[in-house]
Amino acid sequence: MHGFPRFRPVAEQGVLIEFGDHISDAVHERVLFLDSILAAQGFDGFREAVPAYVNLLVIFDPLITDHARVERRVRAMLSGPVQARAEGTIHVVDVCYDAGLAPDLPEVARLTALSEEAVIAAHLSGEYRVFHYGFAPGYAYLAGVPEAIRLPRKTTAVRGVAAGSVIIAAAQCIISTLTMPTGWWIIGRSPTLILRDDPARPFLFDVGDRVRFRRIGRAELEAGQ
Amino acid sequence: MTDAVFTVVRAGPHVTYQNGGRPGMLRFGVPASGAMDRLALAAANLAVGNPAGATVIEISAGGLVLDCVAGEVGFAVAGGGFAVTSGKEQFGSWSVARIAAGMRLTIRPGPWGSWTCLAFAGTVDAPTWLGSKSTHGPSGLGGGKLTTGAKVRVTGTRVPSESLSTIPCPVFARPRHEVRVVLGPQERFFDEETIHAFLGQAFVLTDSYDRMGVRLAGPSLKPAAVLDMPSEPILRGSVQVAGDGVASVLMADHGTTGGYPKIATILDEDLDGFARLRSRNRVGFRAVTPEEAISIRRSGDAARRAYLAGVAARGIALFGQ
Repeated sequence: MHGFPRFRPVAEQGVLIEFGDHISDAVHERVLFLDSILAAQGFDGFREAVPAYVNLLVIFDPLITDHARVERRVRAMLSGPVQARAEGTIHVVDVCYDAGLAPDLPEVARLTALSEEAVIAAHLSGEYRVFHYGFAPGYAYLAGVPEAIRLPRKTTAVRGVAAGSVIIAAAQCIISTLTMPTGWWIIGRSPTLILRDDPARPFLFDVGDRVRFRRIGRAELEAGQ
Repeated sequence: MTDAVFTVVRAGPHVTYQNGGRPGMLRFGVPASGAMDRLALAAANLAVGNPAGATVIEISAGGLVLDCVAGEVGFAVAGGGFAVTSGKEQFGSWSVARIAAGMRLTIRPGPWGSWTCLAFAGTVDAPTWLGSKSTHGPSGLGGGKLTTGAKVRVTGTRVPSESLSTIPCPVFARPRHEVRVVLGPQERFFDEETIHAFLGQAFVLTDSYDRMGVRLAGPSLKPAAVLDMPSEPILRGSVQVAGDGVASVLMADHGTTGGYPKIATILDEDLDGFARLRSRNRVGFRAVTPEEAISIRRSGDAARRAYLAGVAARGIALFGQ
């Protein structure tokens, strides 16, 4: 990718490192590669790294280092041999697609000219990857919704959508963690907690992990909640 | 030593428990939260002999009324120009006093500022989430919002040796009507004229604000390029421009990624000063280079440290070690 990486200063405490303009697995792989080196090595004054689709924000302590030194350090990290990153963990997330928990399933079926069962089958057939977290605590953006059921988000958001809702928009899928408004399509409900009440591991996924969905019935959902 | 207990008689919106925040979890969608005015948080805590980042009650312009129903405790109010009534005494924020069972504490907005911190000499009892009692406003996770009828409990209480004393309020604890920014990281979405308008014209804070951010009114900053931007990380202080050209400044409880371009990012050094502005206040933006931003931060930090050391020494003198 010509001209990348690009380094952009952010206030007095950040550098945004860009690996491309458009979302792709190759670009995200570069993001994950840098993220893993930063996690392993860090540097004096390193505070945190925030990976996203095509870039990664490095936040540093401005009393200890500065933008130019961070850029030099990151360039040195990136010029090293590209180590094969450990494959992300594979997680299986349960989903119940029962009517009542999947209010948008009929509309998604209508707009994609598929039966509801075919929409469900398509959703289950995807292999998803955790690209980044955002919006709210534990909202992991999973990319990998199959082409056949990709729809732009709805024109207006619905308020008070229950936590655990499985929502899709374009190539992305999220298992919501809080009761929040959303303009995405609600196609199911999951008992799998992404935001966990476990101080040792508060979030189920790491960025770069893989996710598959498994269909469950209402009884299993209720038993799991 | 008995605990001090309060009943919330009335709490305005956005009145929450806050502390030094929970940094380090942006990658999981969790903003650091913590006090909107971090200097005020440190000053209020140190003035009562607490660690600088201890848990306080952060009070918005909506105000707070508490009845002390048990015990006795020292407290400090720092941040903004708020009006405080404690029993029969009236004074402003930037004060240290004592309150005991049977007395009412009323804190309401005064001549300036949007947020103030109420620190008790002791430990405030509140739920912890992800290692911090700071409240994440949109979800209410963490210490939580204060609501009418709720109880506030302070353990390990201490009382001051003087009934009423003041905390110095330095110039750098006041609102900033000109805040310094580093342009970007997505200024490429705006043409030169728009950048010029952003830096050259005044904006006004609207009353659409909360702990997540504040919307500004001013020149339209319509992006020149079509918005085809993947979601990117957001930092506290990002000046984000929506498709309609309206700018917002993202604050303590910001979403951690977003697909709108950020025309500039306010220096963290100036962000507390920005948070002290009120709805309808004017604000202007001045661009500095990254190198200038670093040196501004370093000299600001030295001044703050010297000031807070003085507040801490006075706190220890009033409350004992």
